[in-house]
Amino acid sequence: MSFALSDASRAAIDREVAKYPEGQAISAVMAGLRIAQEQNGWLSPEAIEAVALHLNIPPMAAMEVATFYNMYDVKPVGRWKITVCTNLPCALSGGEQAAEYVKEKLGIGFNETTADGRFTLKEGECMGVCGDAPAIIVNNTRLCSWMSREKIDALLDELK
Amino acid sequence: MNAPENPQAILLAGLDGDNTWGIEHYIKRGGYSALRKILESGMTADQIIAEVKKSDLRGRGGAGFPTGLKWSFMPRQFPMDKYVVCNSDEGEPGTFKDRDLLRYNPHLVIEGMAIAGFVMGCTRGYNYIHGEVFSLYQRFEEALAEARAAGFIGKNILGKGFDFDLFAHHGWGAYICGEETALLESIEGKKGQPRFKPPFPASHGLYGKPTTINNTETFAAIPWIINNGGEAFQALGKPNNGGTKIFSVSGHVNRPGVYEIPLGTPFAALLEMCGGMRGGRKLKAVIPGGSSAPVLPADIMMDCTMDYDSISKAGSMLGSGAVIVMDETTCMVKSLERLSYFYHEESCGQCTPCREGTGWLYRMVHRIEHGQGRPDDLDTLDNVASNIAGRTICALGDAAAFPVKSFIKHFRSEFEYHVEHKHCLVPVDVQREGSRIYVEHAAC
Amino acid sequence: MLEIEIDGQKLEVPDGSTVMDAANRLGLHIPHFCYHKKLSIAANCRMCLVQVERAPKPLPACATPVTNGMKVQTHSDQAITAQKGVMEFLLINHPLDCPICDQGGECQLQDLAVGYGASASRYQEEKRVVMNKNLGPLISTDMTRCIHCTRCVRFGQEIAGVMELGMANRGEHSEIMTFVGHTVDSELSGNMIDLCPVGALTSKPFRYSARTWELSRRKTVSPHDSLGTNLVVQVKHDEVKRVLPLENEEVNECWISDRDRFSYEALNSDDRLTTPMIKQDGKWIEVDWQTALEYAANSLKRVADEHGAAKIGMLAAPYSTTEELYLGAQLMRGLGGGSIDHRLRQTDFGLDGKLAGIPWLGMKVADVSKLDAALVVGSFLRKDHPLMAQRLRQAARRGTRVSALGVSNEDWLMTTFARVTVAPSALAGELAALVKAAAEIRGVAVPVGAESAEVSDAARRIAQSLCDDGARAVFLGSVVQQHPDAAGLHALAQELSRLTGATLGYLGEAANSVGAAAVGAQSGLNAQQMLLGGLRAYVLLHTEPELDAANAPMAVEALKGADTVIVMSPFKTGLDYADCLLPVSPFTETSGTFVSVEGRIQSFHAVVRPKGETRPAWKVLRVLGSMLELGGFKFDSSEAVRDEALAGANGWLPEYKLDNTASDVAFARPSAVSGLQRIADFPIYRNDAVVRRAPALAAARDSAAPTARMNAATAAASGLTEAKRVRVRGSAWSSELDLALDDTVPAGCVRVSAGWPQTAPLGTLSGILNVEAL
Ligand SMILES: Cc1cc2nc3c(=O)[nH]c(=O)nc-3n(C[C@H](O)[C@H](O)[C@H](O)COP(=O)(O)O)c2cc1C
Ligand code: SF4
Ligand code: FES
Repeated sequence: MSFALSDASRAAIDREVAKYPEGQAISAVMAGLRIAQEQNGWLSPEAIEAVALHLNIPPMAAMEVATFYNMYDVKPVGRWKITVCTNLPCALSGGEQAAEYVKEKLGIGFNETTADGRFTLKEGECMGVCGDAPAIIVNNTRLCSWMSREKIDALLDELK
Repeated sequence: MNAPENPQAILLAGLDGDNTWGIEHYIKRGGYSALRKILESGMTADQIIAEVKKSDLRGRGGAGFPTGLKWSFMPRQFPMDKYVVCNSDEGEPGTFKDRDLLRYNPHLVIEGMAIAGFVMGCTRGYNYIHGEVFSLYQRFEEALAEARAAGFIGKNILGKGFDFDLFAHHGWGAYICGEETALLESIEGKKGQPRFKPPFPASHGLYGKPTTINNTETFAAIPWIINNGGEAFQALGKPNNGGTKIFSVSGHVNRPGVYEIPLGTPFAALLEMCGGMRGGRKLKAVIPGGSSAPVLPADIMMDCTMDYDSISKAGSMLGSGAVIVMDETTCMVKSLERLSYFYHEESCGQCTPCREGTGWLYRMVHRIEHGQGRPDDLDTLDNVASNIAGRTICALGDAAAFPVKSFIKHFRSEFEYHVEHKHCLVPVDVQREGSRIYVEHAAC
Repeated sequence: MLEIEIDGQKLEVPDGSTVMDAANRLGLHIPHFCYHKKLSIAANCRMCLVQVERAPKPLPACATPVTNGMKVQTHSDQAITAQKGVMEFLLINHPLDCPICDQGGECQLQDLAVGYGASASRYQEEKRVVMNKNLGPLISTDMTRCIHCTRCVRFGQEIAGVMELGMANRGEHSEIMTFVGHTVDSELSGNMIDLCPVGALTSKPFRYSARTWELSRRKTVSPHDSLGTNLVVQVKHDEVKRVLPLENEEVNECWISDRDRFSYEALNSDDRLTTPMIKQDGKWIEVDWQTALEYAANSLKRVADEHGAAKIGMLAAPYSTTEELYLGAQLMRGLGGGSIDHRLRQTDFGLDGKLAGIPWLGMKVADVSKLDAALVVGSFLRKDHPLMAQRLRQAARRGTRVSALGVSNEDWLMTTFARVTVAPSALAGELAALVKAAAEIRGVAVPVGAESAEVSDAARRIAQSLCDDGARAVFLGSVVQQHPDAAGLHALAQELSRLTGATLGYLGEAANSVGAAAVGAQSGLNAQQMLLGGLRAYVLLHTEPELDAANAPMAVEALKGADTVIVMSPFKTGLDYADCLLPVSPFTETSGTFVSVEGRIQSFHAVVRPKGETRPAWKVLRVLGSMLELGGFKFDSSEAVRDEALAGANGWLPEYKLDNTASDVAFARPSAVSGLQRIADFPIYRNDAVVRRAPALAAARDSAAPTARMNAATAAASGLTEAKRVRVRGSAWSSELDLALDDTVPAGCVRVSAGWPQTAPLGTLSGILNVEAL
C-alpha cells in the first residue's frame, strides 16, 4: 500500500514546523501524523514513514509517537470512528448506556468495524467534557454532547 | 454561554452573548488592560511576582503549588531561551473547567501567558491543548491570530519592545501528557513519558531550557490579579487559598457543569448550585478533586468547604477541582473498576511499578466485580497499591493507587460483600436507573 | 565537592554526581537494571530505590543527585521493601522458565530475583505474552522476557547514533521493536545483546549452543581493525562459541563491533583447511606436515637456486601476528631476497624511506575523546573503524567539532561540523584549500603549491576549527592510504597540521599494520612490485590477493605465473594458483602479539587448540627456517620471538619509532580526469579472510551484494537513468553489476566496493571506470 503526502498535507505540516524553534521539526510530528491520518483515513506504516521522511526523523521515532497516543489509528478504521466516553464521570450520567445503545444499533463491539466499513466503535477515556455526558466524538474532531437515544439515532443516520 | 449563572465569577464573568471568545468582546470586557498596564506603567517582574505571591494563587492543575513561588524559581535574568507553557491537556476524569476558559475566554489565557512571558523573560510560549477538544485548539489558533494582529503577542508588543510569541500544540489522546514533564516531551515530538525530577522544568524544561508551566486556569487568574491587586484576589478566597476556583461537577447531580465560586465555599452550597442530587437521591460519596483524589464518604464531604486545606484535612485533595458526585445507586466496586481500568490504560509504561502494578490492580478489581474475588484480594490490592505509590517517576502511580486505597478504606464492606456473594450490594437495575442516559440538563 | 554518607561510609564526590556514582566509588552494589554507566539515565526500572534521609519516599540512586551532607541507606527496611516491591512487579509478567532461557546463568534479573523475590507469586492473573520480532541475522528476540529498561533503545540513539529500536505502544502494551519490516543494521548492534539485562535480546548465532557455566573465558585481541579491541572469547570443547567485549576504557571501552563479535563463526566453518595439501598433476592431495614442509622448503630452495632469492616474495595480511611477520621477514632475508610486504591495497609507496617513523594514530586512542576539533580525511569511518567512529560520536555529542573531507557523504550518525565530499581526484585540491585557508588564518605566506586552491566556506570553517585553541587532530583514512598519490596527500595533510598545530594521524589499516612496520615486514620489493609479476615464488600468509590486492586480477596472474605459491592460511584458499597449502592458526589458535594504531603492544594466548592438523604460523615458519638451514630461528616460544622482534618493548612501542613526519615529499596536485572515477571501499564484512567467511555477518545488510552506485545526476549524465544492470569496465577487465542510485556518491564518480569476487576483476581501486547499460 503506497502513500504519499499530498501537497496540501505537506503545506499544513510545514506550517506546524514553523511554530517550533529551528532544528526542532520533530515537534511537528504529532500534527504531522494527524494530518497524514486525515488524508489517508488511518496511519499505515507507509503514512508514518512519509511523515518521518518529511520531518527528517527516524521512522521508528514517528512510530513510537503514532502508537503512543490513542487517537492515531494505526489499524484501518471505518469511515466514521465513533468514540464514546465511558469513564466514571460520564458513566454516572449514562455514558456506558449510550455505548451499549450504539453497540446494539451497529451490531458491533468496541474496536470493531461494521461489515459495510462505515463505522468503527471505540471506547473513549476522559475527553475533558464530562459535563456533557453522554459524550461522543466522531472522527477525532467532532464532539457531540448529551447524546440521548434520539440524538444517537439522528447522528448515525446522518453519517453515511 | 450555556453554563448556569456564576454570580461570583471573575474568570468566567461577562460571558453572555455570541462570540465571547473573539478579541472584540474580550477588549470590551476590559481585556488586555493588565498587559497594557504592565507595559505602560513600567511594572517590573519582581513587582508582578510580589503581587502573585500576595494573591495566594495556587496552581489550578492539581498539585496546588503556590504560583508566585514557582515563578520565582525561574532564572529570569539569564539571557537564554526560556519558555512559558500552558497546560490545557485537561484529561483528569471529571475535569472540564479549562475547556470553558478556552471555549469562551481564550484571550484571557493568552493575556495571562503573555504576562508570564514578560515576568520570566521568555520570548516564546506554547499552549498544549487536549486533543479530544480539537475545535478548541482551532479556536485558540484563531484567537492567537487575532492577538497577533492586534499586537498583543509577537514582536514589540504594544510598541514597548517586549517580544513574546505564542503557539498552540495539540495532544492526541494521552492522559499522561497532563503531567507537566510528559507534556514537555510531547511538545518535543516524543512519546509523553514523564521525566525524572530533579531537574525541574524551571531549570531544565522544554528543549532543555528553563520553563514555567502552569495550568490554564492559573494563567487566566493573572490578569485579574494585575488589575485588582494580589490582596483583592486573596480576599476573594481564604488565607493560603486565594481567589475563586472553577469547579467542574459531574455525576449524580441535577445540573452537572462548571461553577466558579470562591475558595472556601461549603460543599453543600456548591451542591445546591448544581440543583442538588439527581432524583432527590441520597449522596453516597464524592471524589472532590478529579479521579486521582481519594474518595470521601458523604458525611465527611458534607462537612468540607471547597478549598485546598479543608479537603486535604479531610484526607483527599482539591486537585483540579473536579467534583464527581455519587449517589446511593452507585456500586463502589464497579466505579473503582472503571477508574483502575483508566489508569491501567493510561500508564505511559516506562516505570516498572506503574506499568506492571496498574494492570495488576485493574485485574484484581475486575475479578472482584465479576464475582471471582478471593478473601485475601482486598489486602493484596491495598498492598500492591502501596508498592506503587511513591515509587514511580511521576504521580500517575500515586493517582492509580489512591483511589484503590481510599475506596477500600471507606467502602470495604461493599468489597467484602462482592467477594462473598459474587455480586453487587446495589442491585444492577438500581445502578442502571441511577445513571441512565441523562440529558435533562442539556435542554435548559 | 560534596560529602555523602552511604550505609555509614562517608566520602566526597564531585558536584553533579548521583547517589549511584557515589556508591560505585565505595564499591557498594545497588541493584539496578536500566542504569548503565555509558547510557543516559532513564530511572525507569526503579530497582535502585534507596532511602535518603529526610526524603518522604525512596529515591532512585541512579538519578538522584548527591546533595551536600546527604545520608543514604541502601539496606534499610524502607529501601529493601521498595526494592522487593519492584522485583515483584518485574516478575509478575516475566516467564519463570530460566532453565530454557538462553540468558539463564547470566541474567541480572535471575541473579537479583534469587535475593529479592518472594518464593510464591501473589500474582494470580494471566501473564503477558509478547510477539517476537525479526531483528535480522544477529539478534534473536524473546520479547515476553523484556523488562522495558530501554537500554537497547538508548544504546541505539546514543552510542550507535541511530534509532533502530524503539518502544512502541504504551503502558503494559509497550514493546521494543523496529519500524515495520526493518531489521537492526547498525555495525554495533551486538552490544545490545550485552546490555539487555534479561534474555529478551540474545545472540542469534550463539543461541542454544551452550550454557554460560559450560564456557571457559579467555582474553584475546580483535584482528579486524587497527584499534586493538580487547575480547573475551568463550570456549566449549575447544570451540569458540561466543565473543564478548573485554572492557578496556582506553581502547574499546565496553563495546565491540559486530565484526569483532560474530566473525568467530568462520573459525568453525567448513571452509577451514585442516590438513596440509600439495598439488600434484593438477590435483590436490592431503599430506602430512613433514611432507608438506619439505615440499615447501624444497620449492623455495629450488627457486632461490634457479632464479635467485630476489625472485621470492612474501605477502602477509596486516593482521598476521608480530611473531609471524618477524619470522616471515627473517625467512625472506635468510633466503637472500628479503622481499616481504603487508600493504596489498596500497598503490603509492612514495613515502617509503621518507617517513621519520612508523605511521600511527599520532596520539593515544583515549585522547581522541578529548579532542576539541578533528578532521577526518578520506575514511569510510563507520565501517572501517566502527569503534573509533563511536568514540568520535561521543566526542561530538560533548561538543567536539568533527569535520570530514572525503569521497562519500555517508551518514556518520553524528553531528558533523562541516563536510566536504569530492571525487578522489579532487582530494588534493581540497586539502590544498585547507592549507591555504589555514595559512591565511595564521597570517603566513600560503605555501607554494597551495596558492591557486579555491577556498570554500566549508574549507574555511574546517581550517578555523583546526586553528582554534584546544586539542585538534587530522586523521587520514583508507582512501588516502590507498590513493594513487598517497604520498602527495600526506604532504598536504602534514602541511595543514603544521600550520594549524593539529596532530597528524593515520586511522590505520589493520590490527597489526604498526607491528608489521615495526618488525621490518615491509622490505625489499613492495607489494605492488611483487605482484607486478616476475617473481617465481610467493609465500602468502593469511592473505587472499584475489580479493585483498589493489589490483586483484593482476595479482592472480602473477601468482598463476609463479613456479610455486605456498599458502599459509586457516582456510582453503588459493586453490587455483597455489601448489602448497599449509593450515595455520587463526588468531584464536595461536599465541601472538598485535601492535595497535596507537602503538599499544598486546600479546595474547591461544584460546583454543588448533583445529585438526592446523599449526600456529610462527611455528611453521620456524620449521621452514630450520629446514632451509637459515640462522636465527631458534626460538622456544612465541614470547621469545616477540621479545626479539620488538626488542624487549613492553606495553607500548617506544615513541620515537612512531612518527608521521615525512620529508621531501611533493604536494599532491589535483588531476584533471575525464570519465567516471572509481570509489572503492572494503565493506565491513568483506575486509579480511576471516570475516568474509562468517555466515551470520554474510546475511547482514552490510553484506548486500555489490552494486555500481552513483548519484542521480551522474547517472543521468551517463545516460543511465533507466538502467538496472550495467557492465562496468576497468582498464583490462569488467564485471556486470546492478546499478544503484546513491546520493552519497560525489558527482562524476561510481562507487564499486572491493573485497567481492564480483568486483575483483575490475583491476584497480581507483582510476576510471566505464559504465554502460546492459
Ligand atoms: C498524571 C497527571 C496528570 C495531570 N494532568 C493535568 C492536567 O490535565 N492539567 C493540568 O493543568 N495539570 C495536570 N497535572 C499537573 C501538572 O503536572 C502540573 O502540576 C500543573 O500543570 C502545574 O500547573 P499549576 O501549578 O498551575 O497547577 C497532572 C499531573 C499528573 C501527575
Ligand atoms: S508512573 Fe506511570 S505514567 Fe508516570 S512515568 Fe511511571 S509508568 Fe509513566
Ligand atoms: S537503575 Fe535506577 S531506576 Fe533503573
